[in-house]
Amino acid sequence: MNYFPTPFQTRRAFLGRVSHGVGAVALASLLEKSSSLHAASARPAARGVVYPLPLPQKAKRVIWLTMAGGPSQFETFDPKPKLAELHGEAMPESLTRGQQLAQLQGQRLVCHAPQFPFAKFGKNQTEICSLFPHIGSVVDDICIIRSMTTDAINHDPAHMFMNTGSQIAGRPSMGAWVNYGLGSEAENLPGFVVMVSTGPGRSPQPIATRQWSSGFLPSRFQGVQLNGRGDAVHYLTNPGRVSRAQQGADVQAITALNRQHDAFVHDPEIATRIAQYEMAFQMQASVPELTDLRGEDARTLALYGCTPGDGSFAANCLLARRLAERGVRFIQLYHRDWDHHSLLKEELPLRAKEVDQACAALLTDLKQRGMLDDTLVVWTGEFGRTPMSQGNKGTVGRDHHNKSMSMWLAGGGVQRGRVYGATDELGYAAMENICTVHDLHATMLHQLGIRPDAFTVKFQGLDAKLTGVEGGGVIEGILA
Amino acid sequence: MSCRSVVLLFPLLSFWPAFGAEVGIPAQIEFNRDVRPLLADNCFACHGPDAANRQGKLRLDVREAALAKEAFFPGKPAESELVVRIHSQDKDEMMPPPDSHKKLSARDKAVLARWIAQGAEYQNHWAYERPVKAAIPAGANAIDTLVARRLITVRMKPSPEADRRTLIRRLTSDLIGLPPTPAEVAAFMADATPDAYARLVDRLLADPRYGERMAVGWLDLVRFADTIGYHSDNPRNVWPYRDWVIQSFNTNKRFDRFTLEQIAGDLLPDASVETRVGSAFNRLLLSTEEGGAQPKDYEARMMADRVRAIGTAWLGQTTGCAQCHDHKFDPFTTRDFYSLGAFFADVKEPLVGRREEGMPVTTPEQTARLAELREAVAAARKNVAALATHIDAAQAAWEAHGQVSAASSQNDLPREVAAALKKVAMKRTAKDQQTVKAHFRTQVSSVARGELDRLAEAERAQQAFVDGVPHCLVTEAAAVARTVRVLPRGNWMDETGEIVKPGLPAYLPQPDFAGRALTRLDLGRWLVARENPLTARVFANRLWKQFFGTALSRVPSDLGAQGEPPPNGPLLDWLACEFMDTGWDVKQLVRVIVTSTTYRQVSTATPTQLAADPDNREYARQGRPRFEAEGVRDAALAVGGLLSPQIGGPSVKPYQPDRYWENLNFPPRDYAVDRGDAQYRRGLYVWWQRSFLHPSLLAFDAPSREECVAERNRSNLPQQALVLLNDPTYVEAARALAARIVSEGGGTTEARLTLAWSRALQRPPRAEEVRTATGLLDEHLRLYRADPAAASALLATGDLPLPAGLSAEARAELAAWTHVARVLLNLHEFITRE
Repeated sequence: MNYFPTPFQTRRAFLGRVSHGVGAVALASLLEKSSSLHAASARPAARGVVYPLPLPQKAKRVIWLTMAGGPSQFETFDPKPKLAELHGEAMPESLTRGQQLAQLQGQRLVCHAPQFPFAKFGKNQTEICSLFPHIGSVVDDICIIRSMTTDAINHDPAHMFMNTGSQIAGRPSMGAWVNYGLGSEAENLPGFVVMVSTGPGRSPQPIATRQWSSGFLPSRFQGVQLNGRGDAVHYLTNPGRVSRAQQGADVQAITALNRQHDAFVHDPEIATRIAQYEMAFQMQASVPELTDLRGEDARTLALYGCTPGDGSFAANCLLARRLAERGVRFIQLYHRDWDHHSLLKEELPLRAKEVDQACAALLTDLKQRGMLDDTLVVWTGEFGRTPMSQGNKGTVGRDHHNKSMSMWLAGGGVQRGRVYGATDELGYAAMENICTVHDLHATMLHQLGIRPDAFTVKFQGLDAKLTGVEGGGVIEGILA
Repeated sequence: MSCRSVVLLFPLLSFWPAFGAEVGIPAQIEFNRDVRPLLADNCFACHGPDAANRQGKLRLDVREAALAKEAFFPGKPAESELVVRIHSQDKDEMMPPPDSHKKLSARDKAVLARWIAQGAEYQNHWAYERPVKAAIPAGANAIDTLVARRLITVRMKPSPEADRRTLIRRLTSDLIGLPPTPAEVAAFMADATPDAYARLVDRLLADPRYGERMAVGWLDLVRFADTIGYHSDNPRNVWPYRDWVIQSFNTNKRFDRFTLEQIAGDLLPDASVETRVGSAFNRLLLSTEEGGAQPKDYEARMMADRVRAIGTAWLGQTTGCAQCHDHKFDPFTTRDFYSLGAFFADVKEPLVGRREEGMPVTTPEQTARLAELREAVAAARKNVAALATHIDAAQAAWEAHGQVSAASSQNDLPREVAAALKKVAMKRTAKDQQTVKAHFRTQVSSVARGELDRLAEAERAQQAFVDGVPHCLVTEAAAVARTVRVLPRGNWMDETGEIVKPGLPAYLPQPDFAGRALTRLDLGRWLVARENPLTARVFANRLWKQFFGTALSRVPSDLGAQGEPPPNGPLLDWLACEFMDTGWDVKQLVRVIVTSTTYRQVSTATPTQLAADPDNREYARQGRPRFEAEGVRDAALAVGGLLSPQIGGPSVKPYQPDRYWENLNFPPRDYAVDRGDAQYRRGLYVWWQRSFLHPSLLAFDAPSREECVAERNRSNLPQQALVLLNDPTYVEAARALAARIVSEGGGTTEARLTLAWSRALQRPPRAEEVRTATGLLDEHLRLYRADPAAASALLATGDLPLPAGLSAEARAELAAWTHVARVLLNLHEFITRE
């Protein structure tokens, strides 16, 4: 089967390039100080600025599952029996004095027991919350980090920090960095695709396009959102009842007229423009083909537990696999509504149900296709939650927390069946093998074959890095 | 130093002259041009201004300090530690060290060695020295003279002047952001008078759309947007500021005044509604309403945001890094950062939470009317107050009577009044008393009721009037400013840092304030003071970029050590001096640039030019930038004849894909598409939702305006093709253009194509183009004649009504021409300023 019967030229076209003005800086580095003219022809399309790769490439692509809102580690991956014992008692002040609080500012801090039992899964008998039996069934394929921390404690800055390594808007997100560094192998698709699942849910936290922005990198590295309903990509559908043949005729005429004009003005930008029109025209066919899940067999649909076209997290996981197969470098899924200040006991199980089977299915599916080895899958929120209860809006929940959070990784050269790091006995702060978001980014880049501290772009006079000014250390302890 | 290194170096040194000539090493090294960029990029991070992170107590940014540590011996490169270290292969010795991932090229090393050989002279950083105005021969154009001088040294030749059609198209696009009409093109082409071009410039500078065009770049710089940015990204009232910017450019408000009104429009001795609207600048930053957001956290974020804004928009200095540590490349310290931030500590605002409605933005007549209404309210209040004793006595009497009969007439009283009355006076709560008082005054006492009604009426009238005028967030100075501390490593939870007062960056020239407390007014005045070496250069540099596509100093937001010394420094300096000499006259500076021969050159490059100067840094030709996002939209609407001429007003909501805002929350938001004229406004009026900017603008690199942006990307993406092909705005514009072609273009296809080309591209079609377009037209016409419903479906795109009573044939024809028009609006030429 040939999904993408396109000539080399269109592949190059998708990568496009920045011309005049060149927003900043980035171009100079991008083109290694050569002229913008030579770049397009000298550099093969799929290649990014990091070439040859300085490190062995363990992961070729990333699927990043963002649990937006901040899932509680106490009801997911960090068992804390001691917290259950102290349920209802005051939180020891030695832990909390002088620390940041979000909505619990000025309130009495009370221990809140884990709300669901934990169970042991897999041959390593890894303890995770019983709400995640499917993830439990593949727990020997994943590596849980219980000692993650972050700097931010409000949703918006915390997402920015997790996605860009900075709490200041305007920085490139990790998907943009990775495509900038490695280029894309996708023929007729962008190298960075974002999907936000739709679902029942309550009133979830907002998500902004800045979370997948290319920041100061050229615009072509920005994440393209694939919509669950309507046009999968904005403006993908022809107006009225204009047929594909008619659209093709128009694109052909545009190309012909652009060529005729180029004969007079010799503007190298015109060749790129022509290629982008061909690319757009190809996308109008390739994107609907991509998002059409009817070709998936019943077994696969059952594995994920999704109905094609429902925009669910499960359907998006299946799409993520299809995107990965097509060479998309960075795929980011958002599943919202993990912000359980209240109704933790009532709502969290619903979220768990929405993602549990799908996550396990994604890993299983990648594995059976031989793709898990070179795909790095990451599951994380933007921060963790407090061991203290929050009850200012009726039934009990937990507040935002940045001193401890749990997450997991799989594939891409990460150890399997591993639990890494630990929090104190009440789960307030990471204690052992403390990890930062910068470390997580550094580890991801390392697995992709990039040296995190040498991967820089000049911005505002600095050698800006995904891993921030402070830099991050590769989490060697989780690598296979 | 090891002997081995010295021995190895000598052969290299002896080859320098020949080697140097080969790879273009200047015979005479100039520190600012050749050396500082190398030292800054490779060495300053550890051996520069940041004392806290300095290695080996060596700093290379100050000559005396470098000499004291014997980093080099002037005149003796081979014996200089610096030269030895940069040639060393020993991992422990080599500089820059391997873990910095920095590398000097062979040329870089040769430059440094030659610099030391020539005496290792330093220069002050170019941008911190006052600009010097080059002497220009009488009667000569300064820009052309200085560009020509530079071209001689780089052995290039200027290009010929562009043809008239290109000139009017270029000028109209650059000055008012729109394509010229066919009539304007024809008139200019026919105008044989020697001052035709100068008059065209004057006409366009006087056109009110000039302000709209100029506003776009400024709105990027100050991150103007309709929403707060963080989290819920809710609306706020700031659009009057956008109109203030437009009007300021149109009335040619001098840039020094323009600056002052933005930074301190509330503090000016002649503060007015207008200057206060300008001061909205201080409110344009990101703010949050997120639950659990800590005020101190956001106080620190907002202050830093403001410092970065001043750095980007006026000083051309990157300041952000000094929030946590002294700048590594420029002499900007952490103390400078917080002192600069302290100027804004008096800005009254909620640190967290909803923004206020803002100031009513009234015209002088409205201001007078509002004053009357306020007086009426005050008078009514006075009357109520005057009667208060009298009424209170009446109330007491009524209560005495009322309590007796309360039991019997309880049904006549509202429950809470009755309940309060039941209690003895002593036992009544404040709320009870209020309830009884309000009841008596509004329901019982006719005297009180009359006065209260009059007061309520006066208040209603005032409120209704205020509600009817626009509001704008503005700056209001608090009586007591927030305390500003240096935050150690930028940590807002650390309150151990030194308290700082408003102060100017210590490394830049400034007047002696004799210890006087400084205000935002002082900051504003200093930014545009003659001795400030940066502001005029920064403005001129950006303006140049607007008219040539590339800036004189490559990075408009950074004129510091990591920016670029402009290849043509004298030109940038001349423009900066001229700008100040004319009293910061923006229109005059624009005029000087666009009337130069340099500006009027063709933009087509010869192969030689492309090879020698691919990025057009020498201006031996014009640039060919794609229109900015707003310009693309405006051009399509204008050519389709749809563009609304209205200037200013609330932001508008053009067609947008369904559910594009579905991930917004608190509250969820519907996108209510504007109908009628509001649908066809210029791009700069489009509702600027920071977290979900309109996808068509985003596709053409419009910034979200969350941070200050001094230059936009200019990308070339497939998404742009999808927008121009399929966004209903562009399809509708094509439909409107098609309707004109059909109704005004005459009977023949060729005549119609001539009209189409002249409207869209301001030139007649070439024979080959006629053939391509005719073929396309015929193909679509055949299809639509066979499928009239398809024609109707295409013609239903957008709100624009169809002419009544169109026959099936007329519909087919119009639909087919819509395709031709659509193709025109998609051409590279259509969206490129040539």
